[in-house]
Amino acid sequence: MPADFISNLYVFILAGFVGFELIKRVSPLLHTPLMSLTNALDAIVVVAAIIIAGRHETVLSTTLGAIAVAASFSNMVGGFFITDRMLRMFKSGKAKKS
Amino acid sequence: MNLVELQQYLDFAFIIAVVLFILAIKWLSSPATARRGVLAGEIAAALAVAATLCNPELVQFKWIIITLIIGAAIGIPLGMVKMTAVPQRTALSHAFGALSAAIIGIAEYYVGVPRVTRFEMGEIALEVIIGSLTFTGSLIAAGKLQEILPQRPITYRGQNIVSLSVLSAALVLAVILVVNPNQAYLFPAMVVVALFFGILLVTPIGGADMPTVISLLNSYAGFSAALLGFVLNSKVLVVAGALDGSSGFVLSVIMCKAMNRSFANVMFGAFGQVQASSSAVQEDRVVRSATPEEAASILEAASRVVVVPGYGMAVAQAQHKVRELYDTLTKRGVDVRFAIHPVAGRMPGHMNVLLAEADIPYDRLIEMDEINGDFPQTDVALIIGANDVTNPAARTDKSSPIYGMPILDVDKAHTVMVIKRSMNPGFAGIDNPLYYMDQTLMLFGDAKGFVSNIVRELTAAGVHA
Repeated sequence: MPADFISNLYVFILAGFVGFELIKRVSPLLHTPLMSLTNALDAIVVVAAIIIAGRHETVLSTTLGAIAVAASFSNMVGGFFITDRMLRMFKSGKAKKS
Repeated sequence: MNLVELQQYLDFAFIIAVVLFILAIKWLSSPATARRGVLAGEIAAALAVAATLCNPELVQFKWIIITLIIGAAIGIPLGMVKMTAVPQRTALSHAFGALSAAIIGIAEYYVGVPRVTRFEMGEIALEVIIGSLTFTGSLIAAGKLQEILPQRPITYRGQNIVSLSVLSAALVLAVILVVNPNQAYLFPAMVVVALFFGILLVTPIGGADMPTVISLLNSYAGFSAALLGFVLNSKVLVVAGALDGSSGFVLSVIMCKAMNRSFANVMFGAFGQVQASSSAVQEDRVVRSATPEEAASILEAASRVVVVPGYGMAVAQAQHKVRELYDTLTKRGVDVRFAIHPVAGRMPGHMNVLLAEADIPYDRLIEMDEINGDFPQTDVALIIGANDVTNPAARTDKSSPIYGMPILDVDKAHTVMVIKRSMNPGFAGIDNPLYYMDQTLMLFGDAKGFVSNIVRELTAAGVHA
């Protein structure tokens, strides 16, 4: 097994645990924004897409990379945007009265 | 600066991004810090993208710039959809995320072949299969949520056998490719079969199960990104994918519990087959109904009211009228709270967003487990557009298809009022004994119209007082 695989597996398992513990603590009130935020974070695959599109190795890889850049970047932009829009709507009753 | 040094700086930027990702989710845990979490995520994403654009491997920027602009042009309108449309937007973004993960894997294969090792082939095959099935599955889910595709479960004989055979075919192709990674002609076949499996996976699932499906697809999309991180040896992808994957996983488990389904049942997609139980409905049972005036006077006399909203409330666009009712009653000193079932709405947490949009303070939105103990001390439970989540048969009737599903114990309130168009059974086609109980009053009519009539009565009464 390649050494890279082992170190990636370490990172994957640790990040999975951190994610699991953090997400259990997120209030059910915010589960919809949680999903749109993690979607936006997941759109970080755009960095891989940029590399594939920009390395310009074959026509096929550049084309596929370019499609992936558009798809993942739209998730990134849209995901952060809608998460913030939703969170702005959540107001506490106390804050409202004061 | 030499290349090795530059590479180290770029790696350092990615480490900062990963830390910010984790902080983003941590801050999202409460509404007070949640927006800071979004900001952390945005900084992380900007940093990672900027660092990548400095990567010396990039030789051509034309397509990168053009597609970044296209991506933003698609993403901004998708970020502006109505709150009722958030579930389909989310399904669509799972589709986009999975699509990009899958096609990057495909590109890696064709760039690498014929130097792809067996181990790399295994990683790529798994990643591309999960990404592809998530892409088509999410598109189907989005189509159902947008009501382009039929909402009801589409089932046929031998469905599970057909689905599992298709999945097996994709896996067999993957194994053949691992044995000899250079058989490039088999690769597209594997992708097509996986795409087809995604369609088969989600098509049988009905509208009522969408909160579970959308969480599960979220999890798949996350894990496909994490696997892509393995393929590309990119730790930032591994972390982001693991966070997204575990998030979807946790939400799926919560949704499963709320629907009383086993996780195995959901994992294999063998769900959505709620048989419409046509258990002999007794026609002679008595239903009591009430007018808006009567409802208003009961609400006025109450000191504790719990509103139980369901997706029907959002369909009728009644949430703003419900807010007016909340304001009017609160002004008169009535304690009004909202009971939120985990599967109210069409995705996890959806009902909270819909009520927050209508300006109802979030500290009035109470989760099921927290509010259930309070129903015996509740004067009025007002049910608007919810049905199955209030059905006491889930507690008592072992023959009921929803037996065992956790419900809101509204039947324990002193008075129950149900706003409903007619006596037609709900989504799952299950009769609700709540409607025939002695303390239940049926308020027949459209949710928006009925609530605004109650508000009018209340304010008119206020003038007289």
